[in-house]
Amino acid sequence: MTLILDGVSVRQRGETWLDDIRLELPNGMTTLVGPMTAGKTTLMRVAAGLSPPDSGRVLVDGKDVTGISVRKRSVAFVYQQFINYPSLTVHENIASPLRLDRRFDREGIDRRVREVAELMGIADLLGRRPAELSGGQQQRTAIARALARPVDLLLLDEPLANLDFKLREQLRADLKAMFAQSRSVVLYSTADPNEALSFAAPTVVLGEGRVRHVGEVADMYAHPPTLAVAATLSDPPLNLLPGVVRDGRIECLGMSFPAPRAHVDGTDLILAVRPHQVSITRESPGALALPAEIRLAEVTGSATFLHLLLPGRRHLVAHLPGTQLFTPGESTVVYVDPAHVFVFDATGERLLATGAAEVDLHG
Amino acid sequence: MADIRLEGVGHSYDGGATWALKPMTWTWRSARAYALLGPSGCGKTTLLNIISGLLTPTVGRIWFDDREVTGVPTAGRNIAQVFQFPVLYEEMSVYDNLAFPLRNRKYPKNEVDQRVRQVSRLLGLDDLLRRRSRRLDPGRQQIVSLGRGLVRSQVAAVLLDEPLTVVDPALKWTLRSKLKEIHRDTGHTLIYVTHDQTEALTFADEVVVLNEGEMVQAGEPAELFLSPAHEFVGHFIGSPGMNMLPAEIVGGVVCVGQADVGTAAGQSGDGLPPGPVRIGVRPEFVRVTGARTSPGVAARVTGIDRMGAYDLVHTRVNGHPVIARTAAGSACRPDTVEFLHFPEERTFLFRDEVRCGSLAPLNGRDQA
Amino acid sequence: MSEQTTVAGSQVGGEVVPATPAGGSGAAETRADPKPRNNRAWWLVLPVVVSVAFTAVIPLMTVVNFSVQDVFSPSDRIFVGLEWFRSVTRDPEVRAAFVRTLLFSAQVLLLEIPLGVALAVVMPRRGVWMSVALVLVALPLLIPWNVVGTIWQIFARGDIGLGGWTINNVLGINFNYTLDSTDAWITVLVMDVWHWTPLVALLAYAGLRSIPGPYFQAAQIDGASAWATFRHIQLPRLRGVLTIAILLRFMDSFMIYTEPFVVTGGGPGNATSFLSILLSKIAVGQFDLGPAGAFSLLYFLFVQILCYVFFTVLTRSGR
Repeated sequence: MTLILDGVSVRQRGETWLDDIRLELPNGMTTLVGPMTAGKTTLMRVAAGLSPPDSGRVLVDGKDVTGISVRKRSVAFVYQQFINYPSLTVHENIASPLRLDRRFDREGIDRRVREVAELMGIADLLGRRPAELSGGQQQRTAIARALARPVDLLLLDEPLANLDFKLREQLRADLKAMFAQSRSVVLYSTADPNEALSFAAPTVVLGEGRVRHVGEVADMYAHPPTLAVAATLSDPPLNLLPGVVRDGRIECLGMSFPAPRAHVDGTDLILAVRPHQVSITRESPGALALPAEIRLAEVTGSATFLHLLLPGRRHLVAHLPGTQLFTPGESTVVYVDPAHVFVFDATGERLLATGAAEVDLHG
Repeated sequence: MADIRLEGVGHSYDGGATWALKPMTWTWRSARAYALLGPSGCGKTTLLNIISGLLTPTVGRIWFDDREVTGVPTAGRNIAQVFQFPVLYEEMSVYDNLAFPLRNRKYPKNEVDQRVRQVSRLLGLDDLLRRRSRRLDPGRQQIVSLGRGLVRSQVAAVLLDEPLTVVDPALKWTLRSKLKEIHRDTGHTLIYVTHDQTEALTFADEVVVLNEGEMVQAGEPAELFLSPAHEFVGHFIGSPGMNMLPAEIVGGVVCVGQADVGTAAGQSGDGLPPGPVRIGVRPEFVRVTGARTSPGVAARVTGIDRMGAYDLVHTRVNGHPVIARTAAGSACRPDTVEFLHFPEERTFLFRDEVRCGSLAPLNGRDQA
Repeated sequence: MSEQTTVAGSQVGGEVVPATPAGGSGAAETRADPKPRNNRAWWLVLPVVVSVAFTAVIPLMTVVNFSVQDVFSPSDRIFVGLEWFRSVTRDPEVRAAFVRTLLFSAQVLLLEIPLGVALAVVMPRRGVWMSVALVLVALPLLIPWNVVGTIWQIFARGDIGLGGWTINNVLGINFNYTLDSTDAWITVLVMDVWHWTPLVALLAYAGLRSIPGPYFQAAQIDGASAWATFRHIQLPRLRGVLTIAILLRFMDSFMIYTEPFVVTGGGPGNATSFLSILLSKIAVGQFDLGPAGAFSLLYFLFVQILCYVFFTVLTRSGR
């Protein structure tokens, strides 16, 4: 099936929470990524039919279902908080949506419960009550309950956000494998760019209640069309520097390199470079040198995060491989290859070279 | 500021039947930034509450320098604490929230003002000082809570209990480095509780890893990452965690299936007795090549995660998963066979989950 | 992003999902379409509407009917317009009772709210003593109102009542609620405080219990005194339940009838003759249905307005 949001808007107390959302979600998994107040939960609630949009329609397979109650639709929802029935066992919790479904008889329910419990790795916990489970097990139960009944639309609203980092890593892999074979529309929201990247699914970037961009996540990461998309998908965050056009070149903190395309002199630009593209050695002949003062070095073993202060009190973070030692307060020079710099205009639109193929920014 | 010394401190919530925190002896040295890292339920919060005095330990004694504080309540310990979720005096302005701990301790008016303004400048709260704290979004509220923890100049320690849980990922990075700068400027002792290894490693001078109420290893971030003493540390630190591959020591040589990968070196440079062993190597150090170039094992590629800045190559060696982290744009394809090489200086051997040695070169016995 | 976006180019089930272009007419249709809404819930409200009609609206209408007529006998009545309203509002007895009742309610709120909150704050939070305290506090609430009146009628008597006797003979204060109007007033007031402070206490206790532990821990760590903790953590978070407590206690005390009726019967003189007692005297005692109807309506209206004012003020001040 397909789910279409056609011009959906939601306003609350004078604020716009969703602004003219137009999306078509096909079978399989779609990731919804955006910062905390982007409107992800509101969008999911509208898609589920839990709250009506102020304007716009929700279509399932071309049929308008906008005002139809969630109970008449085939929807399952997993929340960030672990929500289970506290007085029921894990088995009864998972079985609860099946009991309302005529397609399942007593044995059918039991078989299906064991099947999903096996899938979520909680098969040996079926007799316990939620209070006797760890947070991870509780969330597995909640997800299993959502998966038990075959539904048209499965919504997961940051389901791993309240879990331990390591547990998240593992469940993420499990879910990815599971949704790969799903025949329903699965919408998965997250605020974590790495989570979105690791799912490698079609991705919707949401920000301030608007759809920023839709596409393959790896592609968006490598070729962000707007500053908002680049920022949403960068962890650690993007380094932003101010630039200005002079004689067909871009000038930024004493650096100068050719502009991707002709622009009026004096145009203000925003330059963005990812921390791992900043280095302390000149790795390509075209790399630009930036004098900087070392503020802080965070050494994690696998990497060193170098926090730098540039002229004009601009902050810059360099993500260097391995363990490298620095003394705060010292001066140094860092290098940035112009090929790795994203250039955005003042409105946040990416400036691409006219005609010329874009440099592949991987690596 | 003081050294905080725990002497055989342990806690049990059920009268000694099970230990939430097994008795431990440890000193938190003054003016350092610590991270207390472990999964939920490992006893992190219990330990934190024992230090702050919200909980009296079942056994053991606590010293702040030469003063025993085991029975001293929180108010008498001069500790600051930041909680997981914003805890604010909701009807007060941001300014009054920050000033509250100082006013309660009768700081002079001009010093209160000076300290509040200093903290608010550091945390970027200057424009919000007059706002009522409950009107802020949760992320901002948490920054105010953080500020209240940092506003006092004379504290034995600032305890931070997963303080960045409700903050946006992008803001987390900024706040963490800010916290670290504040630490450098003020010299507070900081103890930062977290389950997120990136947070722990980037923040701390020293990381203490806790598992099932027990301290597993403590050390500088790089040390924990590069030479884990316990399988748990290898797994919990690093993302993805350390690869663990079953192997066998036969005649001093470490074999994975039919392939020899190196000789076994014990902790003090001697050999290791034969028998099963587990090889631990981090994905960052696994080298992937199309053909065997040095002692290595054949692996079937099962999938590739393109993470943007890097790739994760998932493989199986004799049915066991091994992940290699490579530069972005890896040429590996699923269902092909590649060779994995484990660099000796970064590959360790574990028995009963504890490190017992490391890998050494094969000494000319190159081909098995 | 004004055009329709699709998870475009995504290969799903072997086929590329095409992007659907947004039709301008399609958007117009959306706006024109009346949204199907589920209105069935209204049927569920119907029984309530019917029963409220019978229990409240219809009797009220009867009262309205009486209030504008002079009833001589069931078959003999004349329309008098607002005559009864005019006479009731000008009646000095009614006015005195009104001031008396308002004063009583004010005193009840001033005593019961702080006392109830104080009680809630000192009540134990866990263990056996929590249950004991809860039962003890809740006890007065379980006693029927007229029994409460009887208990206090006897308790406060100077000759055989334990309370009255103690005041007279141990403290040496001349106390007689049947003769002295101040004594009668105090008796009724103390009785109401004894009877209803537990309600405020239980509400406040529930409110206090819902405050998460870290708030108190933070207060300890910030060096807050017990008073500061109460002022800055507990009190702000009791706002909701206290709003309810104030409303309930105001409405109830403003309409108090049974207890003073049993204890003092409104006396001595008119000392404890509250609006409700006066009303029943007019309606039942003298059977003046017209004035009683007008009186009731004014009474009802006043309670409504004052509750509305309370509610608005209390909820507004929280923003």
